[in-house]
Amino acid sequence: MSKVKIRANIIRQDNIATDIYSMVISASEIACQAVPGQFVDLYSGDGSRLLPRPISICEVDKEAGTIRIVYRTVGKGTKEFSTLTSDHTIEVMGPLGNGYTLKNKKAILIGGGIGIPPMLQLAKELDCEKSIVLGYRDEEFLSDEFRKYGNVYMSSDSGSIGVKGTVLDAIREYGIDGEVIYACGPTPMLKAIKTYAMDNGIEAQLSLEERMACGIGACLACVCKSTDIDDHSQVKNKRVCKDGPVFLAEEVEF
Amino acid sequence: MKLSVDIAGVELKNPITVASGTFGSGMEYDEFVDLSKLGAVTTKGVANVPWPGNPTPRIAETYGGMMNAIGLQNPGIDTFLKRDIPFLKEKDTKIIVNVCGKSKEDYIDVVERLSDEPVDLLEINVSCPNVKEGGIAFGQNPDALYDITKAVKAKAKQPVIMKLSPNVTDITEMARAAEAGGADALSLINTLTGMKIDINRRTFAVANKTAGVSGPAIKPIAIRMVYQVANAVKLPIIGMGGCMCAEDALEFIMAGATAVAVGTANFNNPYATIEIIDGIQKYMETNHIDDIHELIGCVK
Repeated sequence: MSKVKIRANIIRQDNIATDIYSMVISASEIACQAVPGQFVDLYSGDGSRLLPRPISICEVDKEAGTIRIVYRTVGKGTKEFSTLTSDHTIEVMGPLGNGYTLKNKKAILIGGGIGIPPMLQLAKELDCEKSIVLGYRDEEFLSDEFRKYGNVYMSSDSGSIGVKGTVLDAIREYGIDGEVIYACGPTPMLKAIKTYAMDNGIEAQLSLEERMACGIGACLACVCKSTDIDDHSQVKNKRVCKDGPVFLAEEVEF
Repeated sequence: MKLSVDIAGVELKNPITVASGTFGSGMEYDEFVDLSKLGAVTTKGVANVPWPGNPTPRIAETYGGMMNAIGLQNPGIDTFLKRDIPFLKEKDTKIIVNVCGKSKEDYIDVVERLSDEPVDLLEINVSCPNVKEGGIAFGQNPDALYDITKAVKAKAKQPVIMKLSPNVTDITEMARAAEAGGADALSLINTLTGMKIDINRRTFAVANKTAGVSGPAIKPIAIRMVYQVANAVKLPIIGMGGCMCAEDALEFIMAGATAVAVGTANFNNPYATIEIIDGIQKYMETNHIDDIHELIGCVK
């Protein structure tokens, strides 16, 4: 089993919220290997855009041989992806990185913004008591799909959805507890979760994001500061694409 | 059909290698590419001690290319000798080790440590635009380039390739200085210093502020410089700068490059090197070329 780069058929694509798209891709070689928290690289069809876009895997259907990604359009590359339909194909490489380590312990799943999608496959595969905390700016997406797998609590910047404030405000407001946190979202959120987890003695697995080029650990573009000397370069830099994107909270410095 | 080429007495089974820094030591690409099919693997720059590199973001995409300011993060020669060389030794390919340093002593230290290793060629990086000390300081002044070349040559057991910077007024002057210093071959071009501004964050797109631009956007400049240098010195040239496909590699070869390094293309297509080798063979078949040497520098 190893990573592959293939040209894949797009099964369907839907615009599920403002600038948020859901794309299902036929990629059995990737689907059969993928675990929650891993990502794929998507390639532009435009030769002026050379670098792949790393996007987390939202759902995997091993039987159908498909993966689903949910992404936000932020630049020309992702805007190009959003115009593709089931008549198109797309180049995709994966599965990339290390996913979450599933523990049989009472879990808190935390997704912030476009860090929400990878928590869906995790929620599906975690066979234990779990609370799901979703943080939005001001528009909800995917929350109904999460409800099938656990109790969903929400927060938003504007207060229009759930608790006004951050995911941690929601955790405190609703008195949510657990023995392990799985999180993905913007860096300030992850930093706050690290502090919260350390203060409360809870294990936390955090999925980080950084600008990437190769996606496989060769180019050293996407490093994060690590607590310990890393194996690759013998400094304190871990590669988000290869050593992560999921790290234990105590492994990384913000 | 003869694809093999000679760089300073080292025979590469075909003219394709990789550009330093885009391919690690090949371990990460081993899943995609049979490294034994490459003419050579050129490693990421290695220094005498580990270097942490620059803050992130270290890269940005540009139109038809990218810019990077990794800052030569590397594990240092100790780890490199224990891990990377034994890995590459198992492959049926030539090993070109890229050497970086902050002072003449740093370079010499690494070169001496490599002297008894199964390394075929040394590529001396005096052209990285992203480190403050050393690096490009040696590569933008002909006298400094001459001195460092001579100093490295005095200690090196393997043939020495000097990697030239395009961020100079006249690259042929630098090529001549390296040749006079005793260089056995030249690599060109390193990245072009650039800058990108993120207008939404109102700051630099790359934390280092400036970064080295690579990719097909810079290829015409690379071709021009390879042509100029090929006509200025007698040394074999490893040409690089935006080689994406076999047609690009053939351009470099016809401009005067004996070998071609594939860099940024690896990020767009991990199979790029193998596809380029296959494409060169097809071109030679179609055009009834028996020996790649018929093409090297054929455009005058």
